Amino acid sequence: MSRRPYIRKLERNWWLGQRRYVVYMVRELTSLFIGLYCVLLVVGLFRLAQGRAAWDGFLAALSSPPGVLLQLVCLAFATYHSLTWFALTPKAMPLMVRGEPVPAMAIVGMHYGAWAVVSLIVLMAAGI
Amino acid sequence: MARSNKPILWLPFAGGGLVAALIIPVLIVITGILVPLGVVRLPYDKMTAFAHNPLGKLILFGTVALPAWHAAHRLRMTAHDLGLGDGAAVKALCYGAAGILIVVAAAMLVAI
Repeated sequence: MSRRPYIRKLERNWWLGQRRYVVYMVRELTSLFIGLYCVLLVVGLFRLAQGRAAWDGFLAALSSPPGVLLQLVCLAFATYHSLTWFALTPKAMPLMVRGEPVPAMAIVGMHYGAWAVVSLIVLMAAGI
Repeated sequence: MARSNKPILWLPFAGGGLVAALIIPVLIVITGILVPLGVVRLPYDKMTAFAHNPLGKLILFGTVALPAWHAAHRLRMTAHDLGLGDGAAVKALCYGAAGILIVVAAAMLVAI
């Protein structure tokens, strides 16, 4: 093993050069907004544990213009995460049933079905 | 063959990616659109009842912990892609932040 391994210089903005690199980076950066929304959820749990007034204050903050704006940005990235995640499932987890590969469309379709079912259950649980 | 810790990092990453994909968009639709519009109310009593229920606790914990880990792992990889390296600082920041979120979430669910 070399004592002075060659490390190729990486420009910080290499991904801005080509459209597909930008698309890749946007896909990876969805995780930043997933993480941000997780922070919001934990703040929510924290406020819920503090009591009724704290919880109502949290809901008011969510409904404020900055709160809504932040969540709409998160929603755009989270939806893009869902679409790209479902699209790569047949590549990441190819399925075989009785020796036959399951068509990619079927795997992706099952994920969309699960997405619809989960969304419906959560909406009903929220009382819509 | 050398043992690798990669599955330990990767399995919750994949699970978190799936949980995030399935549940986060609808949650944001509720908290970011339907609650501000007044279509959905999330009353304190109903929310605490849900958080009291063992199954409710498990759902809430999974909804926070798995996507948080997913985000941490992916951000670490993206930091590498952006030329920020993959050193101890990047790992500590990404996994540390997710770890704090997960521990706080667990503590709150125990407290509620």
